[in-house]
Amino acid sequence: MQKSTGPAPRPPAGAGTPAGPGDPGGGRTPGDHTGPWPRRRDRWRLRPRRPGQSACESKTSGPLRRIPEDGLLGGVAAGLAARTGLDLTLVRLALVLLGLVTFGYAVVAYVLFWLVVPVAGTDSSIAARVKEDRRGIALAVGLGSMLVAVLVLVGAIGGTWVGTLGWPLIISVVGLVLIWRNSPDSEQATMQHLVEPVLGLTWGGRRGVVTRLSVAGVLLIAGVSILAAVHETISVLWPLIGAALVIAAVAVVLGPWWLGIARDLVAERRARIRAEERADMAARVHDSVLQTLAMIQRRADQPQQVIQLARAQERELRAWLFDGRAPGSLDDMTLAAGVRQIQQEVEAQHGVSVEAVTVGDCELDDDLSALLAAAREATVNAAKWSGVGVVSLFAEVEPASVSVYVRDRGKGFDPAAVPGDRKGLAESIRARMARRGGSATVRSTPGQGTEVSLTMPRRAGERQPSRT
Amino acid sequence: MTAPSRPRVVIVDDHGLFRSGVRSELGDQVEVVGEADDVQPAIAVIGEHLPDVVLLDVHLPGGGGQLVVTALKAVHPEVRFLALSASDAPEDVIAVIRAGARGYVTKTISGTDLVDAVRRVAAGDAVFSPRLAGFVLDAFAALPPADDRVPSFDPELDQLTTREREVLRLIARGYTYKEIARELTISIRTVETHVSSVLRKLQLSTRHQLTRWAAERRLI
Repeated sequence: MQKSTGPAPRPPAGAGTPAGPGDPGGGRTPGDHTGPWPRRRDRWRLRPRRPGQSACESKTSGPLRRIPEDGLLGGVAAGLAARTGLDLTLVRLALVLLGLVTFGYAVVAYVLFWLVVPVAGTDSSIAARVKEDRRGIALAVGLGSMLVAVLVLVGAIGGTWVGTLGWPLIISVVGLVLIWRNSPDSEQATMQHLVEPVLGLTWGGRRGVVTRLSVAGVLLIAGVSILAAVHETISVLWPLIGAALVIAAVAVVLGPWWLGIARDLVAERRARIRAEERADMAARVHDSVLQTLAMIQRRADQPQQVIQLARAQERELRAWLFDGRAPGSLDDMTLAAGVRQIQQEVEAQHGVSVEAVTVGDCELDDDLSALLAAAREATVNAAKWSGVGVVSLFAEVEPASVSVYVRDRGKGFDPAAVPGDRKGLAESIRARMARRGGSATVRSTPGQGTEVSLTMPRRAGERQPSRT
Repeated sequence: MTAPSRPRVVIVDDHGLFRSGVRSELGDQVEVVGEADDVQPAIAVIGEHLPDVVLLDVHLPGGGGQLVVTALKAVHPEVRFLALSASDAPEDVIAVIRAGARGYVTKTISGTDLVDAVRRVAAGDAVFSPRLAGFVLDAFAALPPADDRVPSFDPELDQLTTREREVLRLIARGYTYKEIARELTISIRTVETHVSSVLRKLQLSTRHQLTRWAAERRLI
C-alpha cells in the first residue's frame, strides 16, 4: 500500500494527524483498495436509508451540503448524490475514477469541498472555523513545508512520477490537518475510526516496532535499488548531495519553527491532561471539604459535632495532600465493603438510615472506585435534600458491569431546574461516570422521590463470577 | 387466601421494650393475642392461641427463630411466620425462611409498612425486604450451568425466571409492590404471585449452588 507513496513523506506520528498515507490516497492507486475496500462495501450495505429517500435518490434543492452521517469520510459524495439525484454508489465510483484519471487532484478537490461545504442543516463550514485556528494553520503550514522539502529531495533523486502524485498528496494532507483540528467531534470520531488500523500498527508496542522496522527496511532496499538503477555510477549522485544541502538550508531556517510546533502540540496535550486532573480534583474537594463545610454551617450550634467534623476532615485532607491517599478512598476493598462504608458514613454524618443491599462482589479497580464515589455522592444528596429518613442503596455485580441504584421516596426535584452552581449532580456524578465510560441517569418526580441509576462496565479480562 | 380484617398476632422477641414498641406501632390494626421472649414459651403461647401471624425475632436466647418454626410447622401448618431481625446476617435470615417463615423484614420498618406486611402474610403472601431480595438474588446468582454437576430432582425449583429476577431487583432497590406493578406494568396480584413463587423456590430448592452458598455462610 505504500508502494507509490513510499519515498514520499509520512507525517510525523506524534503530530496526531489523520494523514496516514493510505487515507487521502484511498482513491488514487489501485493497490490502496485492498485494505479498506471490503469494510467500505460493508458500510454501504449496512447503512440504513434515510427516511424519504428511495432507491433512486430524490433530488434536493438549495446549495450543496455535506451529509456526514451518510458518508465514509466527510459526506461530500453523499451531498453530491443528494444534490444531483444520482445514486450514491455511482457518485463514489465516479469520484474514485476521477481520482485515478487526474493523478490525485480529484482528492484535493474532495478535501477542499470537505473544508468549505457546510454540513446539511448548518451554514458554517469547517473553513470558517479554520480562520480562528492560528495554531492549526501554523501546524498545517509547518507540515506542508516539511513535506515540500522532502518532495524536492525525492524529485532531485530522479523520481519525477513522485512529483505528480506528491503535490496533491501534500495539499490533501495540509487540508486534512485543518479539517482534523476544526471539525466537530462526530466527524473526528469517523476519521479516527478510519485511521486507527494504520496508526495502531505503527504505534502499538513490540508489534508496532517490528512493523515499522520491516517497512523501513523495504523502503530502504527499494530506494537504494531505484538509485542504483537510475544512476549507474556514484558520480551522478551529486544532484542528491546538492538537494540534501538545499534541504539542510531549509531546515536551518525553518527547523526551530518546526520544533516549536511540535512543542506546542505536546504542551496542548499536557494542558488537556491537566484540565482533566483538575476536574477530578474539584470533584473530590467538592465531595469532601465542601460537604464538610456545609455540615459545619448547619451544625454551628453544636460545638462538639463541629469539632469532630473538622478533625475528621483535617485528617482526611492531610492523608490526601501528604500521603496521596484520596479522600473517601477505598484502598484494598471489595465493592460490598465499599457500599457498607458508604452506608456507615452517610448514616453517621447525616442521621438517615441507609438500606444497603449488595448482590455479588468483586475487587475494586479505578473504574469501580469512581462508581462508588458517584454512588456516595448520590446517597449524600438523597440524605440531604429528599427530606425523608430512609435511602435505599442497591449494588449488583454482574459479569459485564456493576450497577448501583440510589433511591429515596422524598420530595423529588426537576432535574432540568437544578441551578448551575450545584456541582454535585453534574460533576461528581455524571461527569465522573462519563470519564470512566459509565453512565448515570436520574429519575425524579416532584413529590414521589428520586432514583439515581449508575452503571459501570467491568474491564474485559477481569471477569469474576459473583460470589455464590 | 382472604385476609382477616384484623389479623391475630403473637409477638416473639426477647426484648420487652421492643415488644411493647411493636404492639403500640401496630395499634388497633391487628389484635395482639400474646407475647413470648424465648423459644419454649413461644411454642407454648402459639400453640395455645393459634394466631394468624407470628412476628418472630430471628435471634432468641434459646436458639434461632427457626426452631420455633420447625417445632410448630408439622402440628399447626396454618400458623404463618414473619421474621423480624435487627441483624442482617444472611445465614440467620435464610435459615428462618428455609424453615418455613413467609417473609422477612428489618426492625427499622415503619409502623404502617409492618401492618401491611402482617396483612400480606396473613393472606398467605410472601413479604420480602430489600435485604432478603438481595440475599435471594445472591443465592440464585447465575453461574455457568457446568458448575452444577449434581442432578436436581426438580430443575424448575433451581432457578429464578427473568420476571422473578426483575421483581426481586426492584424490591432490592426499595420499590413497594405497588411501585413494582407500575414499573413493570403488571398487577399487584401478579407481583405477589412472583414473590410467593420465589419464596417457594427458596424453601424447596435443593439446588447445589444454594446449598453451597448457604454452607459458606455457616447455615443448615
